Formats: sequence, C-alpha cells, structure tokens
Amino acid sequence: MRAEGGAGVTPLVTLRGVEKAFKSGTVALQNVDLDIRDGEFLSLLGPSGCGKSTVLRIVAGLTTISGGHVQWRGQPSLGFVFQEPTLAPWSDVFDNVWLPLRLNGVSRRDARAPVEEALANVGLTGFERAYPRELSGGMKMRVSIARALVLKPAVLLMDEPFAALDEITRAKLNDDLLSLRANLRTTIVFVTHSVYESVYLSTRICVMAPRPGRVVAEIAVDPSVVRDEEYRLGPYYADRAREASTALHAAMGASKCA
Amino acid sequence: MSRETIEDYLFPALMLVIAIAAWEAYVRLAHVPSFLLPAPSEVMTTLIQDWSTLFASLLITLMTTFEALLAAMIGGVALALIFHLWRPLERAFFPFAVILQVTPVISIAPLLLVYLSSGEAVLVCAFLVAFFPILSNTALGLASADHNLIDLFELYGASSWQQLRLLRMPAALPYFLGGLRIGGGLSLVGAIVAEIAAGSAGSGSGLAYRIVESGFRLNIPRMFAALFLISITGILIFLFFTALTYMLLHRWHDSMRARER
Repeated sequence: MRAEGGAGVTPLVTLRGVEKAFKSGTVALQNVDLDIRDGEFLSLLGPSGCGKSTVLRIVAGLTTISGGHVQWRGQPSLGFVFQEPTLAPWSDVFDNVWLPLRLNGVSRRDARAPVEEALANVGLTGFERAYPRELSGGMKMRVSIARALVLKPAVLLMDEPFAALDEITRAKLNDDLLSLRANLRTTIVFVTHSVYESVYLSTRICVMAPRPGRVVAEIAVDPSVVRDEEYRLGPYYADRAREASTALHAAMGASKCA
Repeated sequence: MSRETIEDYLFPALMLVIAIAAWEAYVRLAHVPSFLLPAPSEVMTTLIQDWSTLFASLLITLMTTFEALLAAMIGGVALALIFHLWRPLERAFFPFAVILQVTPVISIAPLLLVYLSSGEAVLVCAFLVAFFPILSNTALGLASADHNLIDLFELYGASSWQQLRLLRMPAALPYFLGGLRIGGGLSLVGAIVAEIAAGSAGSGSGLAYRIVESGFRLNIPRMFAALFLISITGILIFLFFTALTYMLLHRWHDSMRARER
C-alpha cells in the first residue's frame, strides 16, 4: 500500500494554526491547518486575495509566519514554479535549468545528465541552446517546470502556473503535468482559481475563503480514475466540479465581498 | 536592392551629399570669403595640409576621453556595487554625486585649472561628466532584478556572491551599457569643454585647443577641420558602444527585438 492519503502516516508537510499578518495590519491567513501527503496532487482553490499563494510561499520558506507552525517530515525538499516562467533572459535553456544545481556547486559537466533528463521530462530535448525570448509561453513554462524538477524535489509547488496561457496550451500542459507526475511520483501542490483545472488534475482540493484567508472545504477526487477527455465529459467529473463550485461560492459569500 | 535598404541607407546618404553640395555651391557662387565660411573642399584641403598637427591633437583628445571613460567606468561600477552592498553609504554619498552632476562642467573647469595642470584638469572634467550616468544606471540595474528570480535564488540557498554574480550583474548589464553609451558621448564633451577653458588660458594641445587657437588666428578652415575631426570622434564612440551593446545583448534582450524582422 502506498502512503497516499493513509491515516496515521506523518504527512510530508504539516501546517497547524498558521497565521500571517502583514505590517499594514492586513490578516492574510488565519488559523490554517493543512497537510501535504506523500504522492498526492493537492489543489488550493480560491478567489484572488484568499491567501492561497501565501500558503505556498510559507511552505517554501519564502515568507515568515506570525503564528502557528510549519513542520516538514525530514529536510525540506521542494521545487517552485511561479505564475510567470521567471527564467533568466540572459541564459539559454540549459543554463536556466542548470541554475538550481549550479547554486549547489554542481559543475556544468556534472549537470549535463540531470539537466537533459529534466528537459526530456518536459518534452524539450533539443532546445538546450535556445534563449527564453525565442520560446513560446507554453515552452517557457516547461523550462520553468524542468528547472523546478532538476533537483528531484519531494514536493513541487506551483503557483497558478498556467493562468497566463491560452486554453489549448493550458489543456496540453495539464495532461503533460499528469503524465509527469505518474512517471516521477512527485507530490504536487497546485494553486489555481479554476474549478475545472483543479478537478481535472487533483486528488484533493482545499477550498479557501478570503478576508481572512482560511481553508473552508475539502473535496477528495478519486486518484484511481484515469484523467482523460472521457473523464472530463463524465458524470463523476461533473459532480466533483459542482461540489467544488458550490464550496467556492459559499466561500466567497462568507466574506463580505463577492 | 530592396525598398527598405533604399529607405534606410540610400536616402540619408543622398541627403548628406546634397547638403554638402549645396554648401559648396553657395560658398562658390556667393563668393563668401573663407575667413567667414570656408567651402567643404577647402576644409578638406586644410585637413590634409595640417594633418600632422591636427592628428597629434586628435590623439591627445582621444586618449583623454578614453582614460576618463575608463576611470568613470571603473569608478561608477565600483561605487554602484558598494552602494548596492551597503545602502547607508548610498544615502551618504548620493548628494555629492548629484551636486557634481548638476553643476555645469564648464563652470568647474576654470577652477580646476587653478589647482591642476591643463592636461589633468581636462581629464578630471571628462571623468566628472561620464561618471554619473554610469553610476546611476548601474545602481538602477543592480536594483531591478526580477523579484521572483530573487526568491528563487533564496529558495536554493544562494550566497550573496552567487546572487550578485549570477543575477544582479547580468540584470544590470543593459542598464550599465546604456550608461556607458551616454558617458562615452559626455566624456568627449567634458574633454572638449575643459580644453576650451584651458585653451582660453593659452595652454593645451587637444583638438578643442586647436579650435581656440585657429580662432585667434582667424584660420576658419582649420577650425572647421578640427570640428570635423571632433564630430567623427563622437560618431566613432557612439558606433563603438552601439556595436558593443548589440554584441552583448542581441541574443536575449528585448531592446534588440526589432532588429530581427
């Protein structure tokens, strides 16, 4: 049995009573409890301003918390994909993917194998010498994912990575992300404001409400169901989407604005 | 020859030829005396006749400009880095830099001539005007790295040296080159201005000094010849830095995008 979702197993990351207040006095997060479990695809779904990106940044250690605690089982090991591809424009694709290794003291020669592997995983073999400017939006995002994967992290954190892409590119990247996950068995935490994207990709969805940001509902999606075009058209998908949509509307209604 | 080539190169070249021809024709037809306005052909003859004197002066002006620019580049980048590493110093020093920048160099030149030899004063003037654009552009460039990339470097535990070397410096490069292009043109201006100030005091040897000297002697064709060499120098400096910028940025920077249609 794999540990996925299993009770009694220590989660990979545990957030308990996490609070985040900014200097301005704005409470971004209040009393957030969240587990990140081995092998799951967890989506944080919510309207803008609900603090879902802040949760991701907290897990990554990119921002401090004003209350509660964050516990990693073992050493933190993560890759981060931003909303923008965030590539160094002055470096070619190889050097961009090499970066995390380079910062850890790995030479260009020793980096060749892992970089090639990461690029193969995102379908960009042969683009090593291209500059970000020469790539399409979808390809840039693939480079960004390859860079996040090159250190083989336990968790891949993704902050609305496909929000800026067109629908067709987005659907393709969704499918590629799923097969990537099937191959690498990486745990993924995925921030999105799209109900459909979250239901299509996830094994679990945490719905968040704004002002102050908190988790208000949790929806499980059967991980054994194959995600393909048929899934997207079937009743199970429609039910989960309705469930998530209802929770999202309740979350937005619960706050004063909507 | 394509339509674009004609529009891009042939028309401007043609306009230049027409302008020079009109000048020549006016001087000849209206019998303008050469101590008022020499014809382009006479300027060229003077340039060839006085080549040894003028070329020696050109070398002196070029050397001054080059040395001043080199010093401004090293000083500007070093100070920008120090400012970046230690912010309080920036607050302490910036007013000085601004004062030096906003005070017209022509008003400082006579004062510098009191304290320094004319050669040194010219060098200092050229340095002063080139220094500020390089400093402020480089400082701006170092501060304008992508915030998400900074986060990424932090995520992977990059040292401050790694962040400077692999993120801040490449991000600052286009800004630095912009400063260098401005500074390159300005250091020539600074050198010329100081040479004129020095020339009025009766000493000097650069191109601008030749202009002042020729003016005293009413040798107007030689004034034009010296002026011509100064313009050429300015154009060459501009072309050099434009080529350098293209070489370093054309693969990746957006400012170069229009070049590949």
